[in-house]
Amino acid sequence: MSASDVAATITAEGSLAAPPVDRGEPVLEIRGLCVDYGIGDGATHAVADADLVLRRGQVLGLAGESGSGKSTLAYAATRLLREPGVITGGEVLFHSRPNSPAGAVHQDGGREGGIHSRAGTADLLELGEKELQRIRWSEISVVMQSALNALNPGISIGAQIDDVLRAHRPGLNGRARRARAVELLEMVGITGDRLGSYPHELSGGMRQRAMIAMALALEPQVVIMDEPTTALDVVTQREILEELVRLRDELGFAALFITHDLSLLIELADEIAVMYAGRLVERARSASLFQAPRHPYTYGLLNSFPPMHGARTAMIGIPGSPPDLRAVPPGCAFHPRCPHALERCSVDVPELATVPQVAPGRPGQEDSSLREVACWLHDAANPVPVPSELARPEPPDPGTPPDPGLPAAGRDTAAGAAAAGNGAAAGPVTAAGRGADPVPAEGGQTS
Amino acid sequence: MTETLAGGAALPEPTTPGAAEAPVLEARDLTKLFRVRRGLRGRGTVHAVQNVSLTLARSAVTAVVGESGSGKSTLARMLARIITPTSGELLLDGEHMPLSQRHRQQYAGRVQLVLQDPFASLNPVHSVRYHLSRPLKIHHMADGDLGGAIAALLRRVALDPPDRFIDKYPHELSGGQRQRVAIARALAVQPDVLLADEPVSMLDVSIRLGVLNLLADLRDRSRLAILYVTHDIASARYLADTIVVMYAGELVESAPSTQLTDTPAHPYTQLLLSAAPDPARAERPSLAGRGAPPSLVSPPSGCRFHPRCPHAMAVCTEQRPPSVQVSPGHSAACWLHVSDLRPAQAQPVPAAQPAPGTHATRPAGPPKED
Repeated sequence: MSASDVAATITAEGSLAAPPVDRGEPVLEIRGLCVDYGIGDGATHAVADADLVLRRGQVLGLAGESGSGKSTLAYAATRLLREPGVITGGEVLFHSRPNSPAGAVHQDGGREGGIHSRAGTADLLELGEKELQRIRWSEISVVMQSALNALNPGISIGAQIDDVLRAHRPGLNGRARRARAVELLEMVGITGDRLGSYPHELSGGMRQRAMIAMALALEPQVVIMDEPTTALDVVTQREILEELVRLRDELGFAALFITHDLSLLIELADEIAVMYAGRLVERARSASLFQAPRHPYTYGLLNSFPPMHGARTAMIGIPGSPPDLRAVPPGCAFHPRCPHALERCSVDVPELATVPQVAPGRPGQEDSSLREVACWLHDAANPVPVPSELARPEPPDPGTPPDPGLPAAGRDTAAGAAAAGNGAAAGPVTAAGRGADPVPAEGGQTS
Repeated sequence: MTETLAGGAALPEPTTPGAAEAPVLEARDLTKLFRVRRGLRGRGTVHAVQNVSLTLARSAVTAVVGESGSGKSTLARMLARIITPTSGELLLDGEHMPLSQRHRQQYAGRVQLVLQDPFASLNPVHSVRYHLSRPLKIHHMADGDLGGAIAALLRRVALDPPDRFIDKYPHELSGGQRQRVAIARALAVQPDVLLADEPVSMLDVSIRLGVLNLLADLRDRSRLAILYVTHDIASARYLADTIVVMYAGELVESAPSTQLTDTPAHPYTQLLLSAAPDPARAERPSLAGRGAPPSLVSPPSGCRFHPRCPHAMAVCTEQRPPSVQVSPGHSAACWLHVSDLRPAQAQPVPAAQPAPGTHATRPAGPPKED
């Protein structure tokens, strides 16, 4: 996808979704990012031509199995990639916002100058170490999967937060830093008296909360989360995700949420990108992805999560196993596992492209949602019959995005998606019916 | 895939456990206490599993669902006699088994355990052939044709053709294939009971169903009694005939699987279900209780769930709840289902200590009472 295409899709999205204030304006743009492990002919292509746009106030989900390159993508985009990882191409544009509420706080914090005090776009891949240091944590922060490994076991969490503030907010004195640390912990639901606790004294959930507090310490514009709740129990996971959505609504940061758990992302994220063998294969609003997947891999992945309601039906999942990145099949990497593979799938690599919209009953009417898929089944130039399960009608748009000014507004995203789900439940597609013959609509759940 | 699992075929509705089949393995009041040191001088006892009774019937999958630390893995290991219970009884085909690990070999010929991590449970320096020949030799299962027996095992776990896998080493196999080898190794002794401790949680999402379907196939075709230990209630609902829910070392609810997920009777089960990811959910869930599981060194008095329970009553803080039959085959250990409580006992108690992370405790509606 060329840069002009990116611009076109952005403006299309912007005008159609009509985001109030600056929600929906891109804050992080990844274009054509390529990452290899190793150099030369023996290099493994871990990420190939990745295009992603993260918008302000948005939760963008990045889903994929282990080895699909999702974490590599995030590390490369933040320049945290370690040897032997090499970024071989692309750009990562960070659009800073100086006059944000967060920015005002920064100035109160006594910081002078620096590149964030002026608006601007920087290519993170071109920046020097010094400039990167200023952007990291204060503008883009990362929450890692294992809080136990990410936190220093020999220092109390209060001291670790203090460390961050001392390095990035030289204007704050000791008392102010301490007050801020207490405020941060309380923000994520940890009482201030825990400031002196060491990581081993906290439960897994509390450690992960402390990590989130530290990531938000400098009010970043972007938070990247790599499987932040995978090691936790479901109840703790749900609590932390609720916390996260609340904080997103309050502070207005954008989040890139990386996980293998697609069923979780559908509830959490506004938009989802699916990766397979180093390439993005589909990108859509969560409700669209869930109810009307276009890529056979997305469809198979959705069918790998047994439903919680309705009659039990046998499900197949996806035959075969994910490819080794050292020996990715030619053409579309998914073709050996794909039930609909065409001849050209084993030869040509499909590009991520806008899907010809399917709007049965309303021919000619353009669908409003932005969605892209990398699959020859949806190639506009060479149309082929599309299997019915990959040509389901788009769910209705949940409506205009919530107003960021109201605290709990962002929660509507999920409610809206759910409303869309209700709308579609009357149709032939229900969650319980996926992957099998149509079954009765899901039975009521009482809990 | 097998005939029974052809795409779209409806799975048989779960039946009451042991209704048709006599139990193969039965646990009565199994308890496990671990002694631990606390600090320099202090000693403590971890009440890992407390009075758990369970039956595993032929041709049935029983799922044990619970959070980490609920004692579900300890239970599986006690059933495999790898951990010696502190007290309780273990019956195989109605016969009392010694609880200790001595003279385990004959028992191991009937009851086999499959572990969570196929990367750790297979020896990296040995081939598939070696892994599968060991149990066959030790238990004298293939006195004539060892190669043929190994090939048959590999076919049984759908590693077909066997020639392609027999001389591979673990690092040459994918996670799913490794777990299949681990299952084949357990099947080598032709057991009656298969204990599977989180067999798919380390595997990639897209291949989990394949292994679950393999377990379902073993249940149906080899008439195995299977214990499926998991934290994923959706997969338990998919695979199991009966689901048993554990909380803080105790068994809190047990029911046919769809009944348990559709009409949960215990507040903890309701909490688990409200927290589980569910894309088809009609509305945003409100967590029916919050906080984290208690310390097992000093578990709460009465019902161990009462500090987190939105419906806690006076009696819950004092006495352990009895197991109450809610409907046929469905029982829950909860005072809410005991009908003749005195008014003083039924006095509501506010959730004891709001656990860290509580910024809003939303009251949920009262649970369904029968």
